Amino acid sequence: MKTFALKTFVCAFIVLVWGGAPLRAEINIQEITTPGGISAWLVEEPSIPIVALELRFKGGGSLDAPGKRGATNLMTGLLEEGTGDMDARAFARATETLAASFDYDTYDDTIAVSAKFLTDTQQEAMALFRSSIIEPAFTQVALDRVRAQVMSGLASDETDPNKIAGRTFDGMAFGDHPYATSIDGTRESVAALTRADIVAAHKAAFARDRVYVSAVGDISAEELATLLDTLLGDLPATGAPLVGKAEFLMQGGLTVVPFDTPQSVVLFGHAGLDRHDDDFLAAYVLNEIFGGSGLTSRLMDEVREKRGLAYGVYSYLVPKDNAAMMLGQVASANNRVADTIEVVRAEWAKMAAEGVTAEELEAAKTYLTGAYPLRFDGNGPIANILVGMQLDDLGTDYIVTRNEEIEALTLEEVNRVARKLLQPDALHFVVVGQPEGLETALTTDPKADAAH
Amino acid sequence: MEDQVTIDKLDNGMEVVVIEDHRAPVVVHMVWYRAGSADEKPGVSGVAHFLEHLLFQGTKNMAPGELSRVVAENGGTDNAFTSYDQTAYFQRVAADRLGLMMQMEADRMVNLQLGDEEIRTEREVIIEERNMRTENDPGALMREQARAAQYLNHRYGVPIIGWRHEMVGLDLEAALDFYQTYYAPNNAVLIVAGDVTPEGVMELAREHYGALPPNPDLEPRARPQEPPQTAPRRMVFEDPRVSQPYVVRSYLAPERDPGAQEKAAALMLLSDVLGGGQTSVLNEILQFEQKKVVYAGASYGGVSLDDTTFSLVVVPAEGVSLQEAEDAMDAAVARFMQDGVDPEQLIRIKRQIKASRIYARDNVERLANSYGRALTSGLTIEDIFAWPDVVEAVTEEDILAAAREVFDDKTSVTSWLTRPKEVTQ
Repeated sequence: MKTFALKTFVCAFIVLVWGGAPLRAEINIQEITTPGGISAWLVEEPSIPIVALELRFKGGGSLDAPGKRGATNLMTGLLEEGTGDMDARAFARATETLAASFDYDTYDDTIAVSAKFLTDTQQEAMALFRSSIIEPAFTQVALDRVRAQVMSGLASDETDPNKIAGRTFDGMAFGDHPYATSIDGTRESVAALTRADIVAAHKAAFARDRVYVSAVGDISAEELATLLDTLLGDLPATGAPLVGKAEFLMQGGLTVVPFDTPQSVVLFGHAGLDRHDDDFLAAYVLNEIFGGSGLTSRLMDEVREKRGLAYGVYSYLVPKDNAAMMLGQVASANNRVADTIEVVRAEWAKMAAEGVTAEELEAAKTYLTGAYPLRFDGNGPIANILVGMQLDDLGTDYIVTRNEEIEALTLEEVNRVARKLLQPDALHFVVVGQPEGLETALTTDPKADAAH
Repeated sequence: MEDQVTIDKLDNGMEVVVIEDHRAPVVVHMVWYRAGSADEKPGVSGVAHFLEHLLFQGTKNMAPGELSRVVAENGGTDNAFTSYDQTAYFQRVAADRLGLMMQMEADRMVNLQLGDEEIRTEREVIIEERNMRTENDPGALMREQARAAQYLNHRYGVPIIGWRHEMVGLDLEAALDFYQTYYAPNNAVLIVAGDVTPEGVMELAREHYGALPPNPDLEPRARPQEPPQTAPRRMVFEDPRVSQPYVVRSYLAPERDPGAQEKAAALMLLSDVLGGGQTSVLNEILQFEQKKVVYAGASYGGVSLDDTTFSLVVVPAEGVSLQEAEDAMDAAVARFMQDGVDPEQLIRIKRQIKASRIYARDNVERLANSYGRALTSGLTIEDIFAWPDVVEAVTEEDILAAAREVFDDKTSVTSWLTRPKEVTQ
């Protein structure tokens, strides 16, 4: 292995600015490259004797080999199930003794591996953590036991209206691409997975060419460099090739999946904007106004506050690595869901045609720029933000420029993006339940009402 | 932890808790009322939660939705929740906006003003909330029935969200009755956590909450208690939407009482010993040794004003019937009662609990939540401070004694969640 000196440079000594007045929050991000060549972002926070470490491996469940759907997810579930001469229980006992916690999760595009540990047991905790990532035992006993848990979850999903809606939507949207099916696999595919499949999935997923690292807590740059080289140095240099782009195949329309339950669950949306699109931030602000997280969005106001049609209604941007969507969800009683869909459809069309108002844009800017610094309120949350920024190819200075970029958005820009992003004719609703009167609602002119 | 926490009181009886964390210029502002669904009158189930929704629907000084809008305009987030013993409202915002939050929260403590339209619409919202949380989820419907079976006389047997047939009749009068009875400074706890000083918080609290009049008619919280349970109760909940059947067993159990938390500490450790993760007794025996379940767990809700429950759950492996799973669970518990507590396991659990207090300092909002819940569940700040030592002092023998007391068939409810027999997959 080529060796480097530990490179560390303070890239951003950031004073978060809000409302014109500087807040005292200082996120001092150090960008380091270890002698072994691993890059990481670090924020030293010595006030509590703990460290939060976040690793992301690009690829995720989409790396499943053909016919082996669910292999990456099951492999990840087996990492804490034993290593070397330790079985699952011995590994758990060791983790408990150190009062550390390790998490391993599979997503479409990444595997997220997280550790939280006390500073005074750092050596032992990291040795244990390393063994789970580098040398998992994957015994047949553990494989069969965790497989049974996954199968139990898959069985439950088959009668969960939210899961049914998601899987129906993805299946229609993504054709042959891995995004079309669940990373958990199917009962058939998971039942057929062998130990060799799991070993292959491990080899495909974990490599130094795809790892992103952040750490926040009571640890120095030198200590982190040593830790990372020990932790990740023995990983192979490269893993499996990443999958290609997915085409969004779904057309506008309505799909009803009959399911005997009192409240219909609705998932709706169409293609969206790539995370690297120049208009992404404008789309993000637009979505915040349209169906964002608070009680004050347009959809929430029209569907919940004015009409009481649902407990919640949201829209959100889903920028995956290989496809982008704008989605929304809502749930209404079977005899009211047609009205809800009519309102959503009308709002979608209205936003595309008229865009947002200057007041709405101002309010959204104030909220988003004010809420941003509040996210940086603990080692765990900061570590998560930092690793997410790296996955999105953002620089450390984004923490400073992000609010400035939002402030700079003009009404014309946001409304141009509204016309580009929101496509009422492409909007597709997947409804799981026993909806009443949906055909009638759909023949109504979407612009006729519901927007007043 | 105590050096982070300060407690004080306003002249009108409002308690104030300040939890300092100066790492980020953020504050969490919460007002907790000592009133939850178990304080409702018969016939209006869900009114505590309905009122919680209505508190966002305007006052004499604020239009419907204005409070949330102002919070958002200040870059903050807000929400609220209702439980059996408490209702809480909270905002998360930049620390220099604390005064504004207090001003609005104090306003809606006394100035609620609602129109018929808000009542009608919000009632439909809570019915959709019940649809979402309960009617669409067979597991939730089963838990609702199980609690109703566990509590014959106490309001813990009535769901927080309300029974549907009573929710549809909830009106302004019922909501205002609850509001006027329980929403007053002498029935509230103010919790401020984050980048603040106790002196700064008290100054703002006196300014915004200090002038609110206490309710002189506030009664002590004496709710109808359970009669002795003298026979085990069993039910089979069938629903075609069930794909993964399971068994839940709950027992009536004592809660943490002020000045007497020893038994509750033993029960909390018992739940960890039996069902806390991979190395717990139930998982060792049922999952690893016998391979009869895919999951086993235990839970105990010690923070509760009145009698609580201790629960066990087993999710059977494929091909194992609910009866076999239940029998295996009973046999595993019996074996544990014979073998006793593994001292090494107890050491590990206590070490984790100690470490969890260090980790907790990284999340001041969760810390604030635990204080709020405890202080509105009959506990005092002294009880909260004493808890770590009480837990530390629990012995293997204490845990077994608590287990012998709580695992009494006669105080149990056993529930099976399953798919109807005629429905095949």
